[in-house]
Amino acid sequence: MSSGDPQPERPKVVVTGMSGRLGRVVARHLHRDQRFQLVGLDRRPFSGRPKDVEHHEVDLRSKKARDVFRAGDVAALIHMGVMHDPRASAAELYSWNVSGTSKLLEYAQAYGVKKVVVLSSANVYGPRPDNPQFLTEEAPLMAAQRFPQMRDLVEIDHLVSTFFWKARETETVILRPVHILGGVHNAPSNYLRLDPIPVLLGFDPMVQVIHERDVASALGRALSPGIRGIFNLVGPGEVPLSVIISELGRRTIRIPHPLARPLWALAFRLGLSSYPVAELDFIRYVCMVDGSRAERELGFRPRFSLRETILAVDERSDW
Amino acid sequence: MGVADWLRRRVDRRAPPDDLGARTRALVTRRNEYGFDPFGFHPDHLHTAARLAGWLYRSYFRAEAHGIEHVPASGRVMFIANHSGQLPFDGLVIGSAVFLEPPQPRLVRSMVEHFVPTVPFASYLLSRWGQITGTPENCRRLLRQDEAILVFPEGARGISKPFSKRYQLAPFGLGFARLALETDTPIVPVAVIGAEEQAPAVNLRPLARLFGAPSFPVVPYPPFVPLVPLPVKYRLYFGEPMRLTGDPDDDDELLEDQVKAVRNRIQSMIHLGLQARKHVFW
Repeated sequence: MSSGDPQPERPKVVVTGMSGRLGRVVARHLHRDQRFQLVGLDRRPFSGRPKDVEHHEVDLRSKKARDVFRAGDVAALIHMGVMHDPRASAAELYSWNVSGTSKLLEYAQAYGVKKVVVLSSANVYGPRPDNPQFLTEEAPLMAAQRFPQMRDLVEIDHLVSTFFWKARETETVILRPVHILGGVHNAPSNYLRLDPIPVLLGFDPMVQVIHERDVASALGRALSPGIRGIFNLVGPGEVPLSVIISELGRRTIRIPHPLARPLWALAFRLGLSSYPVAELDFIRYVCMVDGSRAERELGFRPRFSLRETILAVDERSDW
Repeated sequence: MGVADWLRRRVDRRAPPDDLGARTRALVTRRNEYGFDPFGFHPDHLHTAARLAGWLYRSYFRAEAHGIEHVPASGRVMFIANHSGQLPFDGLVIGSAVFLEPPQPRLVRSMVEHFVPTVPFASYLLSRWGQITGTPENCRRLLRQDEAILVFPEGARGISKPFSKRYQLAPFGLGFARLALETDTPIVPVAVIGAEEQAPAVNLRPLARLFGAPSFPVVPYPPFVPLVPLPVKYRLYFGEPMRLTGDPDDDDELLEDQVKAVRNRIQSMIHLGLQARKHVFW
């Protein structure tokens, strides 16, 4: 659906999950660059997109998704179309996320895509009481041990890691950002938009946050030729959860942790909360990462300050 | 948050003016725009803790620190000390000494047990006061940032040993030596006299087995489990800094000699300290 653009020879970048809020932020960032011809791949429509952005409303696992790559003119693939809906059935999520990713990687290899960038998450390491304060990229991905819901994400991460070896001529990049804050509708931003915010009595872990637009700019950097590997992405610093909550001016409900699990499970079952019980560990234990490799090799530094990043959850994003 | 702020208000209101504020400000730390360092340390919270610790150090334990000139004013350093007395007050006293005694105060970061992050309140209060979960990665990172850390190589074997084994060092772990070699860190040996008598305990093995705990200490005064230390007098001896030599990946046997040298040094400082001591309580 491309229009009569003056420079049609711009390299084509396929972005999965472009209709999501983070997808739009990324699309806007890359579009402003004018270096790439953007192609969206999402089941959802993308309303209000600029004219020169191509969009295909298809399922990643379908034949039509393959057709996008078939012409062989796709220069790069950004895969961020991971589904997190906690209410969807495990089988459906697994099929979408894991089969969908492996299909995409298959197309990328078959049609000679030079660059594959996958947006994973620092949550794949898992919050654990005996975590070192800062996990490096070599740390084992332990999230699935306690979080059945995280298994998909961990598996995607592993799938892509093996792709490094399978397709050596493709430059593959895995980005593992910390909690992304902004207008996005992900678990941490939604959690911080609650009022009052439930917290665990006697626990106040240090957390790392990153602005959605900093993530977008890191994705843009990952597209540069020569970049490959796994990178943790950290924002402007570390603060206790309580500082974030008071910066946002929210009230809190403090729940003793032995009660929290049953209460949370009940609320989830009644549809009052959309957080699976296992995610309680994220507001109990530390899960922080060392982002020095991204700074060194990707040249990535967050542009937004801690305060700006925190306050971004209350901003309305347009586009 | 809640308890930390409450504690701060209670303590700060009662305390007379002192030098702790100036000492807290004199600490060299890496802090972000909200005043926290990457490990969750915040000087305001430390100020509160320092008032409690200072009272314990000066009034309750009436601690004496010898050889404080061996504490370097800056740069990475590893304090290696004997661990004893059922309750971790030896760590608190060493930390207080290094904060209160030298001209340039240092923040000692000790390694807390892995179960501590699962305990409400302790989980975050200890980290606000600069204490960290004891993993080699954390140690390495702090030493590379030129911080001071405290390691008890005897670990739980030391703190839980019964009264009958007082002032006999348990075997040392080798981990600290590897870290010191890897990061080229000087070691300051510390002998702690007094902690061994703060909770004279016997170990009831059958009960330990029943509860699946490593030990079950019992003390001969109420409440019979070690919770409150006796007001013993603490005497600390800081030794001259030692430098280990070799490769951090050496075999255990090669490292053991160096670890033994540190251990012997602490043992002999303990002997000297015991000879100089007139009484356990004063």
